[in-house]
Amino acid sequence: MLSIVDLQARIAGKTILNGIDLEVRPGEVHAIMGPNGSGKSTLAQVLAGREEYEVTAGRVDFDGRDLLAMPAEERARAGLFLGFQYPVEIPGVNNVYLLKAALNAKRRAAGQPEVDAYEFLALVREKMRIMQMNESFLSRGVNEGFSGGEKKRNEILQMLVLEPKLAILDETDSGLDIDALKVVAQGVNTLRHPERAVVLVTHYQRLLDYVVPDHVHVLARGRIIKSGDRSLALELERRGYDWLLESKVA
Amino acid sequence: MSSKSPDVEALIAQKYRHGFVTDIESDSFPPGLDESVVAAISRKKNEPQFLLDWRLKAFRHWLTMREPVWAHVRFDPIDYQDISYYSAPRAKADAPKSIDEVDPKLLATYEKLGIPLHERARLAGVAVDAVFDSVSVATTFKDKLAKAGVIFCSFSDAVRDHPELIEQYLGSVVPPGDNFYAALNSAVFSDGSFVYVPRGVRCPMELSTYFRINAAKTGQFERTLIVAAEGASVSYLEGCTAPMRDENQLHAAVVELVALDDARIKYSTVQNWYPGDENGVGGIYNFVTKRGECRGRNSKISWTQVETGSAITWKYPSCVLRGEGSVGEFYSVAVTSHRQQADTGTKMIHIGRNTKSTIVAKGISAGRATSAYRGLVKVLPSAEGARNFTQCDSLLMGPHCEAHTFPYMEVRNPSATVEHEASTSKIGEDQLFYCLQRGISAEDAVNMIVSGFCKAVFKELPMEFAVEAQNLLSVSLEGAVG
Repeated sequence: MLSIVDLQARIAGKTILNGIDLEVRPGEVHAIMGPNGSGKSTLAQVLAGREEYEVTAGRVDFDGRDLLAMPAEERARAGLFLGFQYPVEIPGVNNVYLLKAALNAKRRAAGQPEVDAYEFLALVREKMRIMQMNESFLSRGVNEGFSGGEKKRNEILQMLVLEPKLAILDETDSGLDIDALKVVAQGVNTLRHPERAVVLVTHYQRLLDYVVPDHVHVLARGRIIKSGDRSLALELERRGYDWLLESKVA
Repeated sequence: MSSKSPDVEALIAQKYRHGFVTDIESDSFPPGLDESVVAAISRKKNEPQFLLDWRLKAFRHWLTMREPVWAHVRFDPIDYQDISYYSAPRAKADAPKSIDEVDPKLLATYEKLGIPLHERARLAGVAVDAVFDSVSVATTFKDKLAKAGVIFCSFSDAVRDHPELIEQYLGSVVPPGDNFYAALNSAVFSDGSFVYVPRGVRCPMELSTYFRINAAKTGQFERTLIVAAEGASVSYLEGCTAPMRDENQLHAAVVELVALDDARIKYSTVQNWYPGDENGVGGIYNFVTKRGECRGRNSKISWTQVETGSAITWKYPSCVLRGEGSVGEFYSVAVTSHRQQADTGTKMIHIGRNTKSTIVAKGISAGRATSAYRGLVKVLPSAEGARNFTQCDSLLMGPHCEAHTFPYMEVRNPSATVEHEASTSKIGEDQLFYCLQRGISAEDAVNMIVSGFCKAVFKELPMEFAVEAQNLLSVSLEGAVG
């Protein structure tokens, strides 16, 4: 589904990604871990099509298409979703309005008719129940005055409504208390499907207790320096990252 | 390697959709201004002597005045002798008695502007006074309104049919010598709209005036006077457009509102004069004085404006809160792009006890435009318990535009409460990217972000026009994705 070969990228002349190789197949959940500044968020942003990053080498294939040649909105319509680490507020723009515009953009791109307003509302309500969100959400502005936890829930809600093929969740677990973490995890697990894939970018292994990954990768200095299964995350939890970084230098 | 970024600058490239010229024979004065021109305008309209005297007094005062220079706008000096002060479509014989007698070319013009003048047409719930250059060419629903006791007619008709009301109220809110442009207007105004809503009457429909400048080298100087008697209420809207021309044209209007005890006046403007091209050539100079006086107890005047057009805008719709417990409101969205300049805001003058005012001003600048909010909140010693809330927000699109805020406050009563909030934000790349990542096109995203920003003002517009304003905004900020 997603095939990354030797991806290199920089911002403001500074190289952040140093040759990433990663293969994500349908149905899989991958966790990408690593110390601060290792390039995790950059990888997520580059895949989503953020312009500030300049891709200097490599290629990315998404569902048989050249991902890097597509503008951000096309990537989204093709089924790539980024759960933002810091979701922005858009004052005065209603949450539901944005979400409906997003879903319709995707449906139009797929040659489907726009969603009926009544059905849409029912769909959003159903997903809101999964995310344990308050009814007042429907009338509020996009992330306007939301707490950190509410913003993250909103990201997952959007993901559930848009049903992407590939969801990249950038530190969706950070800043959540344990109850909110469980709700978010439940949302992610709801999306799991043999034809969909999830990439979790995270600092901590605690999310992985609830969303069990098939593969765990450690990113450091813009490269994947180690891959393994779930046990790798547990080992990182116990030992930190230093042993990996040192062994690499040695 | 990656795709081209959607450029905010390109998104705001403006297209003007009302820039056509109607080919119609007109009866125009040659350029130039002196007492004989003032007298000639008055004669054209068969005005009573008091009005001619009033005009001449204003003219003589104007001669002693200078253009104000304090506004944050720049333009070459205006040659007042190079403007024609009167231009009207040539009438067949008499003025048309009904819509059916109006020149079809004029009807077609308004049709094209989306303002059908046939009463059964789309704006069926709205009465329209159509002002074309210097004269009113038609007023709809006059009969229906007359049944409710509401007078809605062109200013000229009002002078002829209701001279006592004109004499009583004209200049009572904006005196002829108020400022340079108001004095000029008082001398040479040619037409406009008049509304009188008698005691206890709720005007049964929305009233509106649609101003169209068509002739070249002319200025438009219209006057609007709205009086709501005790307990009356009325909602009024004006719209404005002009052809695209390379020279600048002057529009210097005066609007006066009078609200007596318990009366309510809601005045909304959708201003879309030709703004000039992307290099700042041409466009209307919109130098307008608008003021309402809450003369009676518990009266209320509310200004809502959506300003997207004009090369230069200089206007400060204001409220004089004289009556005890009266309320003044000002809601504004001012959009400037390319080289447009806007210096706009309001004045709230608190005179009566327990008077209350609210100001919500939203400025959007794009391209190389500058936009300034200028507001005065003045609380006189008599205004015990006065309250004001002011909120000004600016939204900048792209790196070359400017936004300024000049709030003035003069509070001379210690019991007053005056609050001011201000913010400036950029259409964040973050906001734009967030929308793109959800599959929404850059153009839709910008529209969405801007509409969200303006929401607090749009919700004050009459329902029929909120949609229009929204559309106008999208047109103003429309462009190819780069």
